[in-house]
Amino acid sequence: MKMVRSNAPSLKGRIADTAPERFFWDRAARVCVNQLACGTGLGGRLAELKGRSVVVATSSQLTTALALIELDGVARRLTILPPDTDHLDAVIACAEADAVVIDAGTTDHGALDLPLRVVCAPAIVPAEQLSRYVPTEWVLLTSGTSGVPKLAVHSLASLIAPIGAGQRLDGAVVWGTFYDIRRYGGLQIFLRAIIGGASLVLSCAGEPIADHLARLGRCGVTHLSGTPSHWRRALMSPEIGKISPRYVRLSGEIADQAILDSLHATFPEAGIGHAYASTEAGVSFEVSDGRAGFPADFLEHDRDGVELNLVDGALRIRSSRTAQRYLGTRHARLRDHDGFVDTGDMVERRGDRYVFAGRRGGIINVGGLKIHPEEIEAVINRHPQVRMSLVRPKQNPVTGSIVIADVVLKSECARSGGELQIKNDILALCREALPRHKVPAAISIVPALDVAATGKLARRHG
Amino acid sequence: MSIKLTIMDHMEQIAREHGKTLAPLHDNLVLLDSGLDSLGFAVLVARLEDTLGIDPFTAAEDAMFPLTLGDFVKVYENGAQQRAVA
Repeated sequence: MKMVRSNAPSLKGRIADTAPERFFWDRAARVCVNQLACGTGLGGRLAELKGRSVVVATSSQLTTALALIELDGVARRLTILPPDTDHLDAVIACAEADAVVIDAGTTDHGALDLPLRVVCAPAIVPAEQLSRYVPTEWVLLTSGTSGVPKLAVHSLASLIAPIGAGQRLDGAVVWGTFYDIRRYGGLQIFLRAIIGGASLVLSCAGEPIADHLARLGRCGVTHLSGTPSHWRRALMSPEIGKISPRYVRLSGEIADQAILDSLHATFPEAGIGHAYASTEAGVSFEVSDGRAGFPADFLEHDRDGVELNLVDGALRIRSSRTAQRYLGTRHARLRDHDGFVDTGDMVERRGDRYVFAGRRGGIINVGGLKIHPEEIEAVINRHPQVRMSLVRPKQNPVTGSIVIADVVLKSECARSGGELQIKNDILALCREALPRHKVPAAISIVPALDVAATGKLARRHG
Repeated sequence: MSIKLTIMDHMEQIAREHGKTLAPLHDNLVLLDSGLDSLGFAVLVARLEDTLGIDPFTAAEDAMFPLTLGDFVKVYENGAQQRAVA
């Protein structure tokens, strides 16, 4: 695929100083983004970063946001480090970085000892503006659970391609996200806020969910995004009543019918959409009919330039929204020779829909029969007293593995006792809906399940 | 309840859940003829670990799977004894 040189404006070009004022908030600070049109948070040192491969290693999402707006169209390459990135030396070497942007809270690390260090502060001072002409490579780290992360190369064009004209919404829009904007899912919301002329409420590591919800409420959030796991956790907080978004968005994990129904019951007036997206494949499509899965005709007709196909039950995507390639030579090609990205997500047809069955690598083998834990979780989550569940393999001498389930109850049920009855009800539900080998051999009621930094349920494959 | 009765109790419960008919249970009953299939035994081992707190098959590296119900009960009794000693 040849490189297309885009004439589209840079991110900074999209921050018009005439537009109504809009703000980016985190827990500690608020910045009027319009001021960036004729100002800087980089202490007047932006020109030094021109044409460089810059690693953004800021500790706060607010300074990350400011740095990204300023550096797009100036830096040759922008590598965005999520918090607590492992294998930092390897990542920085792979990115061929020669400059780093940090902030006051960045933890020092030998790997960040680069020829040029520039500090970003959440305070904008007037500055002369640079001409922007470099088509910046945006490099995002994939969220693998172990080993050196892969570095996926996007362009601004591929990142904003899913944000159609429909994103310009009536009335003042305040976006919020449970995601970190240094990962693909959160970055999409950051870009949506910029393109749509909206404000944005950023999440903060370690902030209790109740405080975050209260802060979202105070900032008047209208559009809010997170993974199904983020949302399940939010629904367990009494502070959920502090927000009343007009649009609720889910992505990054399978949105099952139970979480869609719960959100609809909590926010009856809100539009609820679930997007199918990954760092490599980008946002492929969005579903807004309130039903899990996606209409089967998505596979039959290209939509908005996105082609889907199935190979051995796994979804593959070809579109201008996918990443172009991985940096470095260690990894397989990101796209195959036809330009398709293999997502590794398995789907199954049910009537006029396709539903997500789980990850190809996450299959549990019970006596030679293959099981996607997500399929069983979707059944368990239908139980009215279940908030979330995790199905995992357990070693077994007879069948190699067997499935067991950890279940978190809705807060009002957790106190009322009767756990044995609920376990039996869940098992009855599973027996009714699933073949015998997919029915969990045991169910444990647990107070909480781990949610990884990516916002996804932490699965330990074994 | 004795280990033997606990095991027989679970076998009956699992047979009901899986819609299987259980043969009359006695020590010389060959497990393959009991009416539970391999999935049924897999579930049995998992449930017994919950109830008795031991999984003697996974704990021992060289454990052979027993042939008769009597052998099966013995494996659990030995496992419980070893745990009591340890």
